[in-house]
Amino acid sequence: MLEVKDLHAEVDCTPILKGVNLSVRPGEVHAIMGPNGSGKSTLAQVLAGHESFKVTGGSVAFDGKDLLTLAPEERAREGVFLAFQYPVEIPGVSNTYLLKAAVNAIRKHRNEDELDAIDFLKMFKSSMKLLDLDESLINRPVNEGFSGGEKKRNEVFQMMVLNPKLAILDEADSGLDIDAVKIVAKGVAQFRNDNNAVVIVTHYQRLLDYIEPDFVHVLYDGRIVRSGVKDLALELEEHGYDWLKNSDA
Amino acid sequence: MSFTEQHPEFLKAAGGPDWLGELRNAGIARFAELGFPTTRDEDWRFTDVSPIRQTAFTPAVPAGADVAGLLQGSGGSDWPGHHLVFVDGVFTPDQSAIGALPAGVRLGGLADILAATPELLQPHLGTGAAVNGNPFTALNTGFIRDGAAIFLGDDIDERVTVNLWYVSTGATANAVTQPRTLIVVGRNGNFTVTENYVGPGDACYLTNAVTEIILAENAVIDHTKMQLESETAYHIAAMHVHAARDSRFKSHAITTGGAITRNTIKAQLDDENIECTLNGLYLGHGRQLVDNHTCIEHAHPNCNSSEIYKGILDDKARGVFNGRIHVRQDAQKTDALQTNRALLLSDDARVNTKPELEIHADDVRCTHGATVGQLDEAGLFYLRSRGIDAETARGILTYAFACEAVTDIESQPVRDTIEQLLIGRYRQL
Ligand SMILES: Nc1ncnc2c1ncn2[C@@H]1O[C@H](COP(=O)(O)OP(=O)(O)OP(=O)(O)O)[C@@H](O)[C@H]1O
Ligand SMILES: [Mg+2]
Repeated sequence: MLEVKDLHAEVDCTPILKGVNLSVRPGEVHAIMGPNGSGKSTLAQVLAGHESFKVTGGSVAFDGKDLLTLAPEERAREGVFLAFQYPVEIPGVSNTYLLKAAVNAIRKHRNEDELDAIDFLKMFKSSMKLLDLDESLINRPVNEGFSGGEKKRNEVFQMMVLNPKLAILDEADSGLDIDAVKIVAKGVAQFRNDNNAVVIVTHYQRLLDYIEPDFVHVLYDGRIVRSGVKDLALELEEHGYDWLKNSDA
Repeated sequence: MSFTEQHPEFLKAAGGPDWLGELRNAGIARFAELGFPTTRDEDWRFTDVSPIRQTAFTPAVPAGADVAGLLQGSGGSDWPGHHLVFVDGVFTPDQSAIGALPAGVRLGGLADILAATPELLQPHLGTGAAVNGNPFTALNTGFIRDGAAIFLGDDIDERVTVNLWYVSTGATANAVTQPRTLIVVGRNGNFTVTENYVGPGDACYLTNAVTEIILAENAVIDHTKMQLESETAYHIAAMHVHAARDSRFKSHAITTGGAITRNTIKAQLDDENIECTLNGLYLGHGRQLVDNHTCIEHAHPNCNSSEIYKGILDDKARGVFNGRIHVRQDAQKTDALQTNRALLLSDDARVNTKPELEIHADDVRCTHGATVGQLDEAGLFYLRSRGIDAETARGILTYAFACEAVTDIESQPVRDTIEQLLIGRYRQL
């Protein structure tokens, strides 16, 4: 589904990604770990199409399409979703409005009929319940004044409503209390199926206790220096990243 | 013929009591003395009115254009309340809709009330907007003839709602109208008023309006001005507010029309415990110039004022905001807040903004902030990452920016109309 090959990217002429390789197949869950500043969010944002990052080499194929030539909205319509590490506050635009606009843009792209208000309500209801999100929160301006945890749950809510093929969750678990981590995990579990895939960027084992990854990768200084199965995450939790510094990728 | 040259003819035709003649003479004399302002005048530094000075304006002759169509197009024709319609400056009863009025309320065309009961007007006319340093106010005073006059006596329980429609037909080339609005709200009164200026697509004319508003003790006024003039017209307006103890005045000034627009608002807080809100939203494109000058006089203790002005400028449009807050020595416990935010949608749009705080009391809280910027890139990317195309995302963010300036309008139908206008302009979906 996703083939990242030797991806290089820079910001303001500073190289950040220095040759990332990543292959994700339908039905898989991948975890990406790595120290602060190693480029995890950069990778996520580059995949979503953020224009501040300049891709200087490599390729990204998504369902056989060249993802790098697509605008952010086109990627979203093709089925790429990014849950932001730092969700953006948008004063004056309600969550529901954003989602309606997004859902209909995606449906239009797929030549499907636009949904009306009642369809949306139905669509939102079960996810809201699962994620323990209040109706008032859903009607408030996007992320404005949301607590850290509410913002993260809201990202997962959007993922569930938009139902992408590939969901990239950038630290969806950071700053969450223990119950909230479980709630986010429930959301992801509900979302998963054999036809979609999830890439989870995280610093902690906690979330992975609930969503078992098929693969764990360590991003270090712009490269994936180690890939393994779920035990790698436990190893990292125990030893940190220092032991990887001298090892070969 | 210049305005001064037209004046004797005007006086003869207009007639009226001696005191009014004197007021008009004082107005035109002051105007003759001051002349049109130039950019050398501090108050007009960024607003060059030479196109107005160079045009030979003639008095508008009311014409039977499609007034109903223009009103319909404004989106406000079915707002609740009484509707007073003025065609090319002249009160037009058969376009108006005035329902039953509570006892103690008097309203209608200024000329009619002047003819019937001039003593009602005499104590007020020209006191709110004195013949002062503003040449356009002096000019309007020189040519006072028609407009709206609204009086609410003391202790009227019922809320009174009035919509004023100043319609320019553009039938006379280079026509000028100088409407005068006088609103006097008695003790404990509760009044909602919209003041609307409408014109056809491409007519060249000048509206030079003066509005005087007087609030007695504990009176409440919610005022909205919707300026939808032709984009080739000139709109100069001054609003003078005098507020008494415990009164509350709220105004929203929405500007979308006019090649050159200048709104001057002066709010005089004449006693204690007054609340004054002056909000505004201006939208400019092409080569439009929109200038908002506000001045709030805090002369007594315990008054609050709050001011939020927002502008959205595209193409080569220009914006000017000058917000003066004057806190006199006696005005302790003043709480004054001022925000001015401008959104520039193109590289060639510009805004000049200047807060002007003059504070002579020590126990006060005055804050002001001004920002000028483009749309938030992070917000844009966020929306796009959800599948919304760049153009639509820009529209959504622009609409949201504008909406914040009108959420405080109390009348839901008025707010709806303005939001609809903003949707039409920025948020096609
Ligand atoms: N817009 C930007 N301008 C300048 N530098 C940037 C920008 N975005 C990222 N960087 C730099 O790129 C590097 C990688 O940042 P990135 O956010 O991808 O790290 P991360 O692995 O997600 O870290 P964390 O675990 O702290 O979230 C950092 O050194 C960061 O300072
Ligand atoms: Mg990060």
